[in-house]
Amino acid sequence: MLEYKLAFRNLFGAGLRTWLNVTVLSIAFVIIIFYNGMLDGWNRQARNDTKAWECGSGQIWNHLYDPYDPFTIADAHAKVPAEYKPDIDKNLITPVLIAQATAYPGGRLVNILLKGIAPTQTILELPTAILGQKSDSADTEGYIPAIIGTRMAQSAKLKKGDNILVRWRDANGTFDAREVTVAAIYKTTVPTIDNGQIWIPLDKLREMTSMPEEATYMVMGNTYKEILNARGDDKHLQGWIYKDEKALLKELDDVIAAKKGGSKIIYGLLLAIALLAIFDTQVLSIFRRQKEIGTYIALGMTRLRVVSIFTIEGSAHSLLAILLGSIWGIPLLMFIQRTGIPMPSSVDQAGLAIGDSISPFYSAGMILSTVILVVISSTIVSYLPTRRISKMNPTDALRGKMI
Amino acid sequence: MENEIIVKLENVTKRFPAGKTEFTALSNINLTFGKGEFAGLVGPSGSGKTTLLNIIGSLDTPTEGKAIVLGKTVNTLSHKEAAALRNYGIGFIFQTYNLLPVYSVYDNVEFALLLQTMGNTQRKKAVMEALDWVGLADRASSRPSTLSGGECQRVAIARAMVKRPQLVLADEPSANLDSNNSHNIVQTMKRLNKELNTTFIFSTHDQKVMQYLERVISLKDGKVESDETGRDNHAGI
Repeated sequence: MLEYKLAFRNLFGAGLRTWLNVTVLSIAFVIIIFYNGMLDGWNRQARNDTKAWECGSGQIWNHLYDPYDPFTIADAHAKVPAEYKPDIDKNLITPVLIAQATAYPGGRLVNILLKGIAPTQTILELPTAILGQKSDSADTEGYIPAIIGTRMAQSAKLKKGDNILVRWRDANGTFDAREVTVAAIYKTTVPTIDNGQIWIPLDKLREMTSMPEEATYMVMGNTYKEILNARGDDKHLQGWIYKDEKALLKELDDVIAAKKGGSKIIYGLLLAIALLAIFDTQVLSIFRRQKEIGTYIALGMTRLRVVSIFTIEGSAHSLLAILLGSIWGIPLLMFIQRTGIPMPSSVDQAGLAIGDSISPFYSAGMILSTVILVVISSTIVSYLPTRRISKMNPTDALRGKMI
Repeated sequence: MENEIIVKLENVTKRFPAGKTEFTALSNINLTFGKGEFAGLVGPSGSGKTTLLNIIGSLDTPTEGKAIVLGKTVNTLSHKEAAALRNYGIGFIFQTYNLLPVYSVYDNVEFALLLQTMGNTQRKKAVMEALDWVGLADRASSRPSTLSGGECQRVAIARAMVKRPQLVLADEPSANLDSNNSHNIVQTMKRLNKELNTTFIFSTHDQKVMQYLERVISLKDGKVESDETGRDNHAGI
């Protein structure tokens, strides 16, 4: 304990030099937590939104369906197995049918995916109830309501109430075309259910494509996984493949992981600057305080103890930085968490689920691991220069002779 | 007990590397110091005074010969054993005081005791007693930077004496002090030498210090030139 007592006494005695180092380290410390918290917050927010708007708690895909291969879309559909029908009726699971199509907004040509979904579904956040509402106009027979996202509306220059000509090929490969009416424009943080997509009632799309009772995939509600597990047929339905949350969110997880890798470089640099300041101080201390080291040894202190004092002195910077960082960092980080970080609209176009603002999430594990990282790294950089003390001749040290 | 041998040097030789050759700082030194002696090593710069004090203080070891200090052979001590010898048996007083600048006067004196196992109350009493010896009890909370040179050296004496060592080594203790302070410092040490029966060995070339010494050992080119004992001095102080 004597080493700690003396180290802290020296540290506080050094005054401004100590506090400059501690301030730099506390900034690095808070920024690391902020960066990690922002990515974790984005991750949580993106995962939650993607689940709520697109994935549900899992999906069951037609075995030919590959969302990243447009050539599979035309064939990736089949009749919904009879086993699922009662569950569909109970809204435990909802089918989605996809057809490739071309839209002609304002005379231009836009490739789209025409997606059919039941208006009564409540599994996804999509405002599909609007698709079940009747038209106010006289032509109720030919009325096909559609919902689109804000990104689609912006790129196709569409607004609520607009009619768009849509052309598609039915199950027999025959071209057909109808007008759909934009009944609502929804705003979502999940671009993968927005860009280039028009959602219409499932029955209409089945009728238009001559694919009665068919679906491309089915979205599962919150409790459906347990039902599947209880039945034991989650993996073996002929022609259908079960995709769990992990598989559906893999792309998102990969993006977050890549982002975290990039951010590690940034906060690694910040930490390196702070640690360099400590290292520099340690080297300078040992150079400038040779007489003090010699005095310690002359007064009966072992070299190991002197090394310990200097190492503790250096690493104590990190403890003070954590304390100082907590004083100014906690209120700041809490304020940012409450208000969120506004995201520029350009980020919205990047194909990633990002809201108007991100609320950072600071987990205890993340904070603890950051504290451990800062303390261990500062202890190491504090120790490295102090090794010279053990090689120092005490008589030379007492004379303040160059090491 | 007056004749108890505290330090015994047998054919002590110390050489330092100097480029491709060696420089002999001490050559065949044979000396003994008894308990309660107030002795000085005198001689010009480079005569080997500080080197000899460093060997006696177990901060250095002889190249040849044997140095026995408080019953321990310095040549064979490990770093840890040498540290223990200095911690419990030897006090040091330096020319440049070597006070720890970020500590108060009290902390500086207390430092010597922190390395020993001593209770808080006992330690505090010992520190205040040591500061009383040197007349600085009222400056206990001051920083060394606020003290004069003489006061700093008195703090250094208190630090050396607080653990009541058997041997105090003072390397040119008056070199940075004016005449009044030099007398004052040496008188303080002389008084402590008498009151506590502590052995003092100085290195000095200051005539003001020399007049207080009971024994003067003259060194020249690393050899003992003369060893004058039983001097008439200010022993009555």
